[in-house]
Amino acid sequence: MKVLAAMSGGVDSAVAAARVAEAGHDVTGIHLALSRNPQSYRSGARGCCTIEDSNDARRAADVIGIPFYVWDLSERFHADVVEDFLDEYAAGRTPNPCLRCNEKIKFAAVLDRALALGFDAVATGHYAQLRTGADGLVEMHRAEDMGKDQSYVLGVLTQRQLGHALFPLGDSAKSDVRREAERRGLAVAAKPDSHDICFISDGDTGGWLADRLADRELAHAGSIVDRDGEVLGEHDGSYRFTVGQRRGLRIGRPAPDGKPRYVLDIEPVSGTVTVGPREALAVEHLTAIRPVWCGTVPDRALECTVQLRAHGEEHRAVVTVASTASTTATDEKVEVRLLDRATGIAPGQAVVVYDGTRVVGSATIASADTGTGA
Amino acid sequence: MTDAAPARRRTYLDHAATTPMFPEAVAAMSEQLLRVGNASSLHASGRDTRRVVEESRERIAGALGCRPGEVVFTSGGTESDNLAAKGLFWARRSDDARRTRILSTAVEHHAVLDPLHWLAERDGAAVELLPVDAECRLDIEALKQAIDRDPGSVALVSVMWANNEVGTLQPIAEVVELARAHGIPVHTDAVQAVGQVEVDFAASGTDALTLTGHKLGGPFGVGALVVRRELDVTALQHGGGQERDIRSGTIDAPAIVGLATAVELSVGRRAEYAARVSALRDDLVRRVREVVPSAVSNGDPVRRLPANAHLTFPGCEGDSLLMLLDARGVECSTGSACSAGVPQPSHVLLAMGCSDEDARSSLRFSLGHTSTQADVDALVEAIGPAVERAAEAGAVAGLGGR
Repeated sequence: MKVLAAMSGGVDSAVAAARVAEAGHDVTGIHLALSRNPQSYRSGARGCCTIEDSNDARRAADVIGIPFYVWDLSERFHADVVEDFLDEYAAGRTPNPCLRCNEKIKFAAVLDRALALGFDAVATGHYAQLRTGADGLVEMHRAEDMGKDQSYVLGVLTQRQLGHALFPLGDSAKSDVRREAERRGLAVAAKPDSHDICFISDGDTGGWLADRLADRELAHAGSIVDRDGEVLGEHDGSYRFTVGQRRGLRIGRPAPDGKPRYVLDIEPVSGTVTVGPREALAVEHLTAIRPVWCGTVPDRALECTVQLRAHGEEHRAVVTVASTASTTATDEKVEVRLLDRATGIAPGQAVVVYDGTRVVGSATIASADTGTGA
Repeated sequence: MTDAAPARRRTYLDHAATTPMFPEAVAAMSEQLLRVGNASSLHASGRDTRRVVEESRERIAGALGCRPGEVVFTSGGTESDNLAAKGLFWARRSDDARRTRILSTAVEHHAVLDPLHWLAERDGAAVELLPVDAECRLDIEALKQAIDRDPGSVALVSVMWANNEVGTLQPIAEVVELARAHGIPVHTDAVQAVGQVEVDFAASGTDALTLTGHKLGGPFGVGALVVRRELDVTALQHGGGQERDIRSGTIDAPAIVGLATAVELSVGRRAEYAARVSALRDDLVRRVREVVPSAVSNGDPVRRLPANAHLTFPGCEGDSLLMLLDARGVECSTGSACSAGVPQPSHVLLAMGCSDEDARSSLRFSLGHTSTQADVDALVEAIGPAVERAAEAGAVAGLGGR
């Protein structure tokens, strides 16, 4: 098989590429350049977009013994991930850019180009497992190492995309991957994991958003109010808040009952941020849009589990697809009744649906009903 | 996995990036590497080394039509270009503070453009990059107007002898004629020209000329700035003052004797070489266009380097083509500048009026002294399927169809 290995310059993608090459496939390594100005993205050893990371990826490819190229995806990345991230925040939602990158860049722009160039598959260092089910469809399951499981950010992939994906690390523990990197002589063996958003160089998401949204006059300053509409304070931009947030509200007056207050709702155009007690964050029902199904569309109420944020816990739930006419219809909705209450669910987050360890699909949360009906 | 990939025949069509060393240059350099002696030392070993260096200087002078004393050894093309741009600008301006303008072209190598931009940003230079036509020839009328506007304010003119990407030769004689009338020094980056076309320093009338070893069959890391004796050049690198006080640093005798051997050989064999490779090049272009009729040849069709072919493949990304050809053992260049390996559309092609898209759809094939008919045949065989694949990828990426 001709395999394109996406190499970020980190330890995971390097070992993934090495394993695919060792399995006898014809592997070509590529590093994705995602910023037109590499200095503007995260610096040092933490990122995936710097010159240093590109060099680390190149050195790993040398050691593995595969050809290596840099692909410039900066324009696509900016349009599909960075701009989308800004738009979502400006609209009062809380997006996950890694998920968007997998959906639009790694398993779309890169995969499509790879297939056109004659490759059969794209391999990445993601922690998730692929298996062929009894029906012949490719199933994606959670990683063996639950601490590293990344099936949540891959939940947006379709059957076609999964059919051309390879995740060689899905059955491994991170610690083993590091040891393997060392054994293989890969210099990135001890490189720290990346955690933050790769295009925000200093990890200060609020500051980064402030600079860019202010430029577009989308900052939306406004009032902080309680559930009765009483104004408790002012803020300079609703993007600074996310549903469920407790810190940084900067409300002078304590609540009458002395309990901490949390962000309950963000109304982006007026800039109104509603706060209230923790109980008011409880969520029992979600409506989600733009579903993507990994395989067959559920044709009845599905008793399952859902994950509502990266590295979040699982909640038992019943998921119903409002219409199954088409898997790509943008007006399709998914209703999620949570059997285990969740708190602080922000619109824009993805709900990923699991049947045991298997990913059924995902959708973008449009609204969340609190148990109290607020 | 630890085994090396099976050895496959490589078709090297990137001689403009670097070309194999002549065995004679390797031998001369290796021999000198085994000898001790600093050319600046006063004892017998030092004198022996000095003799090798000075004989090399004389051999280079003989091959390039300059005086030995005009050859300043450097670490290569980039240093020579920096020395010419900054050193001449500073010296000329310190003689007359009005001389703040530098006239150059939009298609220079970054080794010229970047020092000029640096002088503009940091040191008050007014840099004017003159336009070229669709075939990359300097608009000589634009140069004339720029000089005539205020000749007394021009510190220097820098125009490359031959373009490294599309191979177009620049009208150096006309540039010199315009500048000389006002006593303005002319620098030329002749890195791609020496050994490829006739280059005679004295006859050219230029005042400073850049060359480098590894483009003409010599070693990496050594080159020269040929610069007229009577011209004042401010030093960039200070120290022992070894090279006319313009360039300090222990003299690299092995590299210099390798350079001299390569300059002599490449210049001595030039006429025969040029006739041979230009025939190969013409065959390459003709047959590639037979296979890919939509391919467009870039640069001046006549006034060009004999070994350079530069082609646009509409609807294909150059990156994709390069990768696909590389996988078939054919090595070429997209000719674009890279930062972090990120391909940017070539400033040369953009200056020639190419669209961003066409600029990204181009490849440079450059032949050299080791090129054979088999190399051309291998490319012709590989290019069809590669273009077909790259066009599919181009369609996915939203590039126009063929």
